[in-house]
Amino acid sequence: MASKRRGLPEINAGSMADIAFLLLIFFLVTTTMDIDTGIARKLPPMPEEDQPEDDSQINARNIYVVLINSSNQLLVEGEMMDISQLRDGAKSFIDNNGIREDLSENPEKAIISLQNDRGTSYKMYIRVQNELAAAYNELRNKAALSKFGERYNDLNKVDQKEIRKIYPQKISEAEPKNIGGNS
Amino acid sequence: MSKFRKNGSKSMPAISTASLPDIVFMLLFFFMVTTVMRETTLFVSVVTPKATEIKKMEKKSLVSYIYIGSPVKRMQSSYGTSARIQLNDAFADVGEIQEFIATEREAKDEKEIPYMTTSLKADETVKMGIITDIKQELRKANALKINYSTRKGKY
Repeated sequence: MASKRRGLPEINAGSMADIAFLLLIFFLVTTTMDIDTGIARKLPPMPEEDQPEDDSQINARNIYVVLINSSNQLLVEGEMMDISQLRDGAKSFIDNNGIREDLSENPEKAIISLQNDRGTSYKMYIRVQNELAAAYNELRNKAALSKFGERYNDLNKVDQKEIRKIYPQKISEAEPKNIGGNS
Repeated sequence: MSKFRKNGSKSMPAISTASLPDIVFMLLFFFMVTTVMRETTLFVSVVTPKATEIKKMEKKSLVSYIYIGSPVKRMQSSYGTSARIQLNDAFADVGEIQEFIATEREAKDEKEIPYMTTSLKADETVKMGIITDIKQELRKANALKINYSTRKGKY
């Protein structure tokens, strides 16, 4: 034992733990574990100048018009509506399948047209977007449960695509307008 | 009592703490790897709106952030209280967004460009006017994938 120690004395590693702890605490404090969440949307590409817009072929019954004014009130298909009814309204519109004359022919053709004012608050806009997304998600979940016996989010990619084909999420946002008159 | 104490001290040698540094290092490496340092200092106060139908954002490296909100207290004397846009570490005008997207794209691989997302971190009190302007600019810059940053929660 003694002969071994003669050459090099062992470095005391007792304080290594302290140093490691110090670093550990530093990283613990600076770590932000928050995952960004949000509502994902895809913007339409800019219309090309030489290409005239022809949305005249879309049947009026297949468009669900949602307007939000500058005082955050909703006008849905020409009638005032409370935000709490929007989800069910959108669902019955999408899933109408031609039963009612004034609602969509089938979910594939159904388009939700959303238009807001420049004075609309962002909070209200997100709420409306959220309600519309919820309407689609509920319908997709229902279809996924009846078809595959699983919730939409638990399905594999191929099955999800199939469900998405039945209920494509078509939310169109019209070119912005300034109805309310404020910036 | 004395018998008990004697027993304890005799049959229980001190626990070796030699492996303690190893455990701590393991934890340390875990936190070092998972840590994301805050890259930008916020000049605008942002409380994102709540929503229920949210999705997690994937691939943080491919996300560029646009912050919209009213300037924080200490900046209000020079910048006022109306909503402003913040890109990276400075206030910006709507017109600068296209340039911002272009520089973000330059830093990425060409293959990754279609997957790039722009996250709008806007305060819930912001009016849609400024958001609409930003969206138009993003459309012009052909950055079509956007994400409205929201918190999870009911209204």
